[in-house]
Amino acid sequence: MAVLLIAEHNNKELRPFTLNAATAASQIDTEVHAVIIGQNSENAAKKLSELPVVKKVISIEAPHYENFTAENFAPAIVKLAENYSHIVCSANTFGKNLMPRIAAHLDTSQVSDIIKVISPDTFLRPIYAGNAFATVKTNDTKKCVTIRPTSFEPCESSGGTATIEKGEAGEEFSNTKFIKREEIKSDRPELGTARIVVSGGRGMQSGDNFKLITEVADKLGAAIGASRAAVDAGYISNDHQVGQTGKVVVPDLYIAIGISGAIQHLAGMKESKVIVAINKDGEAPIFSVADYGLEADLFEALPQFMEELNKLNTIQK
Amino acid sequence: MKILVAVKRVIDYNVQIRVKEDGSGVVTDNVKMSTNPPDDNAIEEAVKIKEAGKATEIVAITVGEEKAQETVRKALAVGADKGIHVKTEGVLEPLAVSKIIQKIVEKEKPDLVFMGKQAIDDDCNQTGQMLSALLNWPQATFASNIEVKDNSLEVTREIDEGLETVEINIPAIVTCDLRLNEPRYASLPNIMKAKKKPIEEINVSDLGIDITPRVQQLKVEEPPKRKAGIKVANVAELVQKLKNEAKVI
Repeated sequence: MAVLLIAEHNNKELRPFTLNAATAASQIDTEVHAVIIGQNSENAAKKLSELPVVKKVISIEAPHYENFTAENFAPAIVKLAENYSHIVCSANTFGKNLMPRIAAHLDTSQVSDIIKVISPDTFLRPIYAGNAFATVKTNDTKKCVTIRPTSFEPCESSGGTATIEKGEAGEEFSNTKFIKREEIKSDRPELGTARIVVSGGRGMQSGDNFKLITEVADKLGAAIGASRAAVDAGYISNDHQVGQTGKVVVPDLYIAIGISGAIQHLAGMKESKVIVAINKDGEAPIFSVADYGLEADLFEALPQFMEELNKLNTIQK
Repeated sequence: MKILVAVKRVIDYNVQIRVKEDGSGVVTDNVKMSTNPPDDNAIEEAVKIKEAGKATEIVAITVGEEKAQETVRKALAVGADKGIHVKTEGVLEPLAVSKIIQKIVEKEKPDLVFMGKQAIDDDCNQTGQMLSALLNWPQATFASNIEVKDNSLEVTREIDEGLETVEINIPAIVTCDLRLNEPRYASLPNIMKAKKKPIEEINVSDLGIDITPRVQQLKVEEPPKRKAGIKVANVAELVQKLKNEAKVI
């Protein structure tokens, strides 16, 4: 039986992690079908049909799907489930909110946040904030799996010609009403997919001081991250949080500034290819995962860092 | 209004996790255990709602072995009125926990069920959503703000793109984010008083549900270690290393 991938999108475009989830789905079984549920999402459905790993697209449209409410989505997916061995989507807030609802309807024990497909029923997943890796085998006949997007490469995004089939919309769940979404718009790369991430912690001491981080990020074409302490203190909004309960990032370069390196933060960034830590406390745990550690006062180091960067002419934008 | 709050006993968030040598799990003997951190936020929010006069009773529930009861006792010490301990042995999956809580919901008839958004041991992030599906109740996950209205809640949710606000009709499930509130500490007199509050013990076998695990844990291992890095003397050296050695800028 085939694998059903749940596409994440904004009714116009596919969200980038759909491509990573598609890769994971194709490692479970080569027959990958993708379902896209939304309102006026034809363009995103077309993009989905162009992913070479996707063999068929099922598009389900209705006004009550406009805001991706899990209570509306789950029954529509459950209706499709009988034709599939696996249901797969990203373990980001979209998938985390939705998949357990589907799994419970199907009486399936979900496998969350896998980082590797070992076989169609066996997966590797981090537990305890990534301090241990568990190999798990699911004995359920229907398998609901969420994947950690940064652990899988995005699939090719063009060249495919999957058919787009219309699926049947379900009823509206009337006890949940969407009110609003406040998305933080930014010209910077997305935190989850950026090549470079510059993050600030409690050591930044104020929201104003984050402009030092912003300058460096702008210079490097980087996304801005933050520790939970910095978000809790109100220095920066929650969508920047990196860690166990925030986002997991795996950039080529992660620069941690004024971040002590609590277990919960390390869980979100320690797979980064190169880690830099700037902290005035030489004993800070962040140094234990840093490739390059600089023990210094960040308020002196950051302006110097900008100066040195300005001297280089080869920085990729 | 009655609020049921689910709490889980986990390895304390400050403990450095050690993997057992035989690969069967992580070391839990002689390790400090605590209430799962976002479950503390769930209790705190329920207590705040009660203090605001919008709830009349808070019931704290846990599912697990004998010692799991400590988490219920702690919830009673910060303001829950009554406890329920569903006794189980061995591995419990979120699906099983949600089925157990479903049974308790049918019996206790709460208007709201609160719990943490994720347990910091298995990092599954499933139970609230599953319970909500089983009950066919609305769900508001990853809540960072809750406004109680007449017959509904307006909940702000933390999502990857920013914030989302939903209105959910009561009865409903809310899974709580760490930023929802600042959990209080139990005062000594309240800890003493909590010892007198009732905790109902229920054997899971009496609930008539199948909690057999469906997912086998074949092996637990240490994640690959990062090789030790170096300390650089100054910013100039750092930038040179990043450019010439790591070649990332």
